[in-house]
Amino acid sequence: MRGDRRKRPARPGAPDSAHRVQRYGLRVAAVGYLAALLIVPVAIIFVRTFEDGLGPPIDAITSPEGRHAFWLTLVCVAVAVPLNTIFGVLAALVLVRQKFRGKAIVNTLIDLPFAISPVVIGLSLLLVYGIDGWIGGDLQEAGIKVIFSTPGMILATIFVSLPFVVRETMPVLQEVGNEQEQAASTLGASGWQTFWRITLPSIRWGVTYGVILATARALGEFGAVSVVSGRISGETETLPLFVEKQFANFDLAGAYAAAIVLALIALAVLLSMNLSRRKERSA
Amino acid sequence: MAATEGMGITVDGVEKHFGDFEALKGVSVAVPNGSLTALLGPSGSGKSTLLRVIAGLDQPDGGSVRIAGREVTGVTPQKRGVGFVFQHYAAFKHMTVARNVGFGLKIRKRPKEEIAAKVDELLRLVHLQGFAHRYPSELSGGQRQRMALARALAVEPEVLLLDEPFGALDATVRKELRTWLRRLHEDVHVTTIFVTHDQEEAMDVAEQIVVMNDGLIEQTGSPRDLYESPANAFVMGFVGEVNRIGENLVRPHDIEILLEPDGTSQEGQIERVAHLGFEVRVELVLDDGRRLAVQTTRQDAEERELEAGQIVYLRPDRERRFATA
Repeated sequence: MRGDRRKRPARPGAPDSAHRVQRYGLRVAAVGYLAALLIVPVAIIFVRTFEDGLGPPIDAITSPEGRHAFWLTLVCVAVAVPLNTIFGVLAALVLVRQKFRGKAIVNTLIDLPFAISPVVIGLSLLLVYGIDGWIGGDLQEAGIKVIFSTPGMILATIFVSLPFVVRETMPVLQEVGNEQEQAASTLGASGWQTFWRITLPSIRWGVTYGVILATARALGEFGAVSVVSGRISGETETLPLFVEKQFANFDLAGAYAAAIVLALIALAVLLSMNLSRRKERSA
Repeated sequence: MAATEGMGITVDGVEKHFGDFEALKGVSVAVPNGSLTALLGPSGSGKSTLLRVIAGLDQPDGGSVRIAGREVTGVTPQKRGVGFVFQHYAAFKHMTVARNVGFGLKIRKRPKEEIAAKVDELLRLVHLQGFAHRYPSELSGGQRQRMALARALAVEPEVLLLDEPFGALDATVRKELRTWLRRLHEDVHVTTIFVTHDQEEAMDVAEQIVVMNDGLIEQTGSPRDLYESPANAFVMGFVGEVNRIGENLVRPHDIEILLEPDGTSQEGQIERVAHLGFEVRVELVLDDGRRLAVQTTRQDAEERELEAGQIVYLRPDRERRFATA
């Protein structure tokens, strides 16, 4: 932080050094905590992956199964994130700008995916779309297979990554207020024009954070997807499932390699978030 | 129904509720074409709500609004032909000054060259030439408000509505913009209503003042009318300072200070003499303990050596008594 480096007028005596100890102490604690819990384990994965050279990890992730898992993960993200973005912006607009009965309930429901364990989400999808589920049998007869198939995994991904765009957009929308929109309407803009030219540009950074967080979450989802996938190798296996399977099969090189791919994607996503934050500040 | 001939804006019997709160209790106003009118009142008097109803930003629960003879009560703001200026500017933060000003024309799909020429002309009018490529965050409050005004004027509105346009600015800038608005109105001559709670601002700028209180109109008239013949105690108290003597209200400059008693005068003791430049304000206590203020000139105060502690005699002139006071 640049702010910390600002020179303060020197104050004589003990309070200053006590202050310094306190400051450094806090920093050491924060960094130490991060290192022990995050940085060291992730770093060890990198080390272990490449300890036998580049061969085994590359083989593992370029195997047909590995490539399919990678592809399927991208499909789930590519469907779930745009849908959740559209839903998220609409829901945020409704929740911030409109008054209606049951608004508090809707607001709470949106957090449900945060609160419920992903495994429970997976099970509930089974209960609805499974063969013996609520509408699963009828869908099956109509030739639509949801569970143990891509649609079910996409549904699970949508479910777990749903709250992010709403939650990131709402406070921004609140802060921006609606005067700019009112000004646009007096200048002759229709509702649609106002949305595209005024509302969306003013909330774009909030939406961007939401999209990035939702993407990271969708990429890494394990529990819910695992339950509805049936884990058919080369068919219904996403990258996180693939990693876990390799690990369970003692194919450690493969597991680590796939884990690294996953970690790199997530890292890229989070970095892009940091960059967009910086860009926002300078904007 | 009020006559609409020659009227820029006609408001007839407008009512507006927010839940249990009655913001407007049947308000009728006629604003002549090309005039500069102030809606003056304390906060919560309904003046901003009335302005928003005229703009279509709030829908009235009853009554009608006509702009330039056209019935617009159910019409969206988009199609009313009004320019609206907000207290907090409502600048489009993600657009440059030029794009802010040109927004209405772009929506109307005017050719690029026409927009550029018009924006240029307006920026000169509001003294913002050279700021075209700045963002609102790089402007001062006064500059932002002038940009907002240019943006509202760009679409050549039938009427210009300003909601406490100088309310967020500091005193010096406010006075400057006030004078500037009056001059601008002389140049552009669009029917203009501005909302303010500052009586001095209203008297300085407006040709016609509509005084509002508690969701109703108390009086409409020229600044001089309101000051000299207020319709009731509220208006008298709101457009200038008043003293209450018994049942009567009197302006501080309508009380004469005598050094010797005459038949009708009241005795009082000077508590404080405040020199406010040309004007001197003398604060007194009457024998029954009530306080009042008298305005006089510096010359008068010096000639008669008025000072704290002195006993003087007061003769009020042009006292007023209102039925409901």
